[in-house]
Amino acid sequence: MIEPDPTLALIWAGIIAFAIAAYVFMDGFDLGIGILFPLFKVGKERDQAMNAVAPVWDGNETWLVMGGGGLLAAFPLAYSIILPALYPPIIAMLLGLVFRGVAFEFRWRDPRHRPVWDFAFFSGSAVTALAQGITLGALLQGIHVEGRAYAGGWWDWLTPFSMLTGVSLLIGYALLGACFLLWKTEGLVHEDARKLAKMLAPLLVLAIAAVSLATPFLSGQYYKRWFAWPSVLATAQVPLLVAIVAALLLWTLAKGRERAPFFLTVALFLLSMAGLAVSIFPDVIPGRVSIYQAAAPGVSQAFMLVGAMFLIPIILGYTGWAYWVFRGKVGEGGYH
Amino acid sequence: MHDQAALLLARTQFAFTLSFHFIFPSFTIGLASYLMVLEGLWLKTKQAVYLDLFRYWTKIFAINFAMGVVSGIVMSYQFGTNWSVFSDRAGPIVGPLMAYEVLTAFFLEAGFLGVMIFGMKKVGPGLHYVATCAVALGTCISAFWIISANSWMQTPQGWTLNSAHQFVPAGSWWPVIFTPSFPYRLIHTLIASYLTTALVVGAVGAWHLIRGHATPQVKKMFSMAMWMAALVAPVQILVGDQHGLNTLEHQPAKVLAMEGDYRPSPDGAPLILFGLPDSRSAEVKAKIEIPHAGSLILRHDPHAPLQGLTDFPRDEWPPVPIVFWSFRIMVGLASLMLLLGLSSLAARARRGLYEWGWLHRFALVMGPAGFVATTAGWITTEVGRQPYTIFHVLRTADSVSPIAAPGVGWSLAAFAIVYLAAFSAGIWYILRLMAKPPATGEPDHPDQPTHAAGITPAPAIEGGRA
Ligand code: HDD
Ligand code: HEM
Ligand code: HEM
Repeated sequence: MIEPDPTLALIWAGIIAFAIAAYVFMDGFDLGIGILFPLFKVGKERDQAMNAVAPVWDGNETWLVMGGGGLLAAFPLAYSIILPALYPPIIAMLLGLVFRGVAFEFRWRDPRHRPVWDFAFFSGSAVTALAQGITLGALLQGIHVEGRAYAGGWWDWLTPFSMLTGVSLLIGYALLGACFLLWKTEGLVHEDARKLAKMLAPLLVLAIAAVSLATPFLSGQYYKRWFAWPSVLATAQVPLLVAIVAALLLWTLAKGRERAPFFLTVALFLLSMAGLAVSIFPDVIPGRVSIYQAAAPGVSQAFMLVGAMFLIPIILGYTGWAYWVFRGKVGEGGYH
Repeated sequence: MHDQAALLLARTQFAFTLSFHFIFPSFTIGLASYLMVLEGLWLKTKQAVYLDLFRYWTKIFAINFAMGVVSGIVMSYQFGTNWSVFSDRAGPIVGPLMAYEVLTAFFLEAGFLGVMIFGMKKVGPGLHYVATCAVALGTCISAFWIISANSWMQTPQGWTLNSAHQFVPAGSWWPVIFTPSFPYRLIHTLIASYLTTALVVGAVGAWHLIRGHATPQVKKMFSMAMWMAALVAPVQILVGDQHGLNTLEHQPAKVLAMEGDYRPSPDGAPLILFGLPDSRSAEVKAKIEIPHAGSLILRHDPHAPLQGLTDFPRDEWPPVPIVFWSFRIMVGLASLMLLLGLSSLAARARRGLYEWGWLHRFALVMGPAGFVATTAGWITTEVGRQPYTIFHVLRTADSVSPIAAPGVGWSLAAFAIVYLAAFSAGIWYILRLMAKPPATGEPDHPDQPTHAAGITPAPAIEGGRA
C-alpha cells in the first residue's frame, strides 16, 4: 500500500475531475457575473446581479480548494510539476481571486468608493478566468519535465494557443453568468442578461470550435486519439453532441426561455471536458505523466476515499439546501 | 536547486502570506464561537441586547471571513508553486490531512455561511442557529486538521519512505494525525483565538465606554469579554508552559533558542529576561537574568542540568535572535493579558467595571495584543524549526521549487502590494464598523432586502416587482 494502486488512482482521477467540473460551472457563473459587471447599470442593477450570488459564492469557490488540495493529496507529483510550471498564471489567478472575493463585502461597506470595488470585482473575475484558461491551454500544449520536476522556462506557458483557451474560458464564464442571471433575476438585469447571452452564445460556439480544431494539431498523440479509425466513430460523437446542444442553446435563447439556457451551457462545458478527456486520458500532464505515475500511495488514497465517500454526498446535500433556501428570483432589493 | 536568494524569497513570501492569513482565522475562530453564544443566549432569554450584539458582530465577521478565505486559498496553492519538492515528497501525508480539512471544515463553513449572514428571514431562528453552529464548528475542525498537518511537520512520526522517496504512513494514520506536539499546539492555538477575540471585543466595548456610550449592549459585550480574558489568560499560560516542556522533549534546540541558552548549564540554567543573542560568539550580550529560574521552569528543579546550543551541530541551529525575541513578545503580552483579566475581576468586585477609566484605557490598548502574540507564537514555532521543514528529515533548502529568484521576487512584490491594498481597506472597514456603538434594534447586513434601497445612491428603478 505504500506504492500507488491503479484502481484507486482511477477513482481519484474521477473524484478530482468531478470537483473541477463542479468548480467550473459553479464558480463559473459567479466569475461570469463579475466579467459582465461593468455592462450593468450602476445602482440597483449591479446590486441585484451581485445579490444573485452573494450567499453562495464562497461555497462555489471551495470546489477550487478541493481541486487543488485534492491534487496535492491524491496526485502529489502532478501538483508539484504543474504549479511551478504555470507559476505566473497561477499567481495571477490567486491575486484575481483576492480582489473578486473581498469586493463582495467591501462594496456594501463603502458607497463612496463603490466604483473602485466594482472595478476590483470585474478585473479580479476577468483575470481569474483568463488565468484558468491559460493554465488549461499550457497544460494541453505540453510541459517540459525532467525527473520529478518542471524543467522548462519562465515564459513557456505563453503561446497563441494558451491565449486562445484563456479567451475561450472568459467567454464561457461570461455566458454562464448571463444565463444564471437570466434564470435568477427579473427587471432590467434580466433583459440585459438576455441580450448578452444571445451575443455570447455564438461566440462560445466559435471558441469551442477553434480550440477543438487547434488541439489535434498540437501533438501527434491528440491527432491519433481523435482521427484514428475506428475510434473516430466514438470520438465523433463529442462534436456531434456539441453541435446539437449548441443549436438547442441558441434556439431556447431565441424562444425567450429562462432556465434552459443555463443548463445547456453547463452541458456544453461538460462536453468540452469530455473532449478533453478523450485527448489526454490517462495522463495528468499530457504526454509526460499519467495518473498512475503521479498517484499518491494506496494508503493515502484509500484513507481519503473512506471520508470522501461519506462526506461528498453530505456536502452536496447541504450545498443543495443552501441553494434551495435562496431559491426564486432576486428582485431589485435582494431575495424575496 | 540551492539558489540561496530564491530560497530566502520563497521563505519570505510564505511567511508574509501566512502571517497575513492567520490574522483572519484567529479572529474568525473566536468570533464564530462568540456569535454562537450570543445567538444561543438570544434564543434562550429573548433579550434583544443579544440579538443586537449578534447583528453588530456578524457584519464584522462577514468582512473578516471573506479576507480569511481569499488569503487561505493563496496558502493552499503555495505549497505547489513555491515548495514543490516538499509537496511531491510530503504530499502523501500532509495532503490527505488538508483534504480532510476541505471535506469536513471548509465546505461546512462556506455552505452555511450564506444562510448565517443572509438567511435569518428565510429559514427562521431555529434553523438559522443550526447554520451559525455549523460555521463555528467548521472553524474548529479546520484548526484541527491544519494544526495536525503542521504538528506532523514539527514532530514527525509513523512514516516510512516508498520507492519514489515519498513520506508515507508506515501503517496506521493514527500516529500521523496525533503526533506528540499536536494536542498542545491545537489547544494553545484555539485558546489563542478565543483570547484574541475577547481582547478585540473588550477593546470595542471599552472604546464606547470611554466615549460615554454606556448602553446595555456596550456594557454586555465589555463584561463578556472581560470574563473571557480573566478565565482564559491564566489557562493559556499554563498550557503554554506544558507546550514548552513538550517542545523541550522533541525539539530541544528550539527551546534553547527561545531561552537564549547557547552554552550548556550543568548546574541549572538561568532565566534570561532580556539580552541580545549573538550566534557568532554564541552568547547573549547585555543580558538580565535570574539564576536557576530557567531550569526551575523547564525541569521543575533549579539545579537540573540543561543542554546548550553548542551541543548541537552549528548547521542545526535555528536563527536564534528571531526565536528569542518573538518568544519574549508572546510571553510579555501574555502577562499583560493576565493583568487585564485580574484587573477586571478587581473592578467587578468593587462594582467599578463600567466606571474605572484606566481599566477601559488598558482594555483599549490591549485590543490588538492577541494578534501580535499569535503571530509571535507562530514565528517562534516555525522559525524555531529551521533549518527543517519536516523536523530532522527534510531540510527547507531541499523543499523549495525550481523557480529562479526574479520570479519569486516578482510574485512577492505583487502579493505585498495586493495584500496591503485589499486587506488594509478591509481592516479599515472593520474599524469603521467598530467605531459606531451597537444600536438598539441593530440593523441586519446591508446586502439585504430591507436595506439595499437605503444605501444605494442610484436613482430608483420603477416597477419594483416582488
Ligand atoms: C488554526 C487555524 C488555521 C490555520 C493554522 C490555517 N488556517 Fe486557513 N483557515 C482557517 C483556519 C486556519 C479558518 C478559520 O477555517 C478559515 C479562516 C477564515 C475562513 O474563512 O476560514 C481559513 C480559510 C482557509 C481557506 C479558504 C477556505 C474556504 O474556501 O472557505 C484555505 C484554502 C485555507 N485556509 C488554507 C490554509 C493553509 C494551506 C494553511 C497553512 C499553511 C492555513 N490555512 C492555516
Ligand atoms: C497559521 C499557521 C502558520 C504560521 C503563522 C506559520 C508561519 C510560518 C513562518 C513565519 C515561516 C517562515 C519561517 C522562516 O522563514 O524562517 C513558515 C515557513 C513554513 N511553514 Fe509555517 N506556519 C503556519 C502553519 C503551517 C502549516 C500548517 C504548514 C504545513 C502544513 C506550514 C508549512 C511551512 C513551510 C513548508 C514553510 C517554508 C519553509 C520555511 O521557510 O520554514 N506552516 N511558516
Ligand atoms: C506565558 C505564556 C505563554 C507560554 C509559556 C507560551 C509558550 C509557547 C511555546 C513554547 C510555543 C512554541 C511551541 C513549539 O514551537 O513547539 C508557543 C507557540 C504559540 N503561542 Fe504561546 N505561550 C504563551 C502565551 C501565548 C499567548 C497569550 C498567545 C496568543 C494569544 C499564544 C499564541 C501562540 C501561538 C499561536 C503559537 C504557535 C502555535 C503553537 O505552536 O502552539 N501564546 N507558545
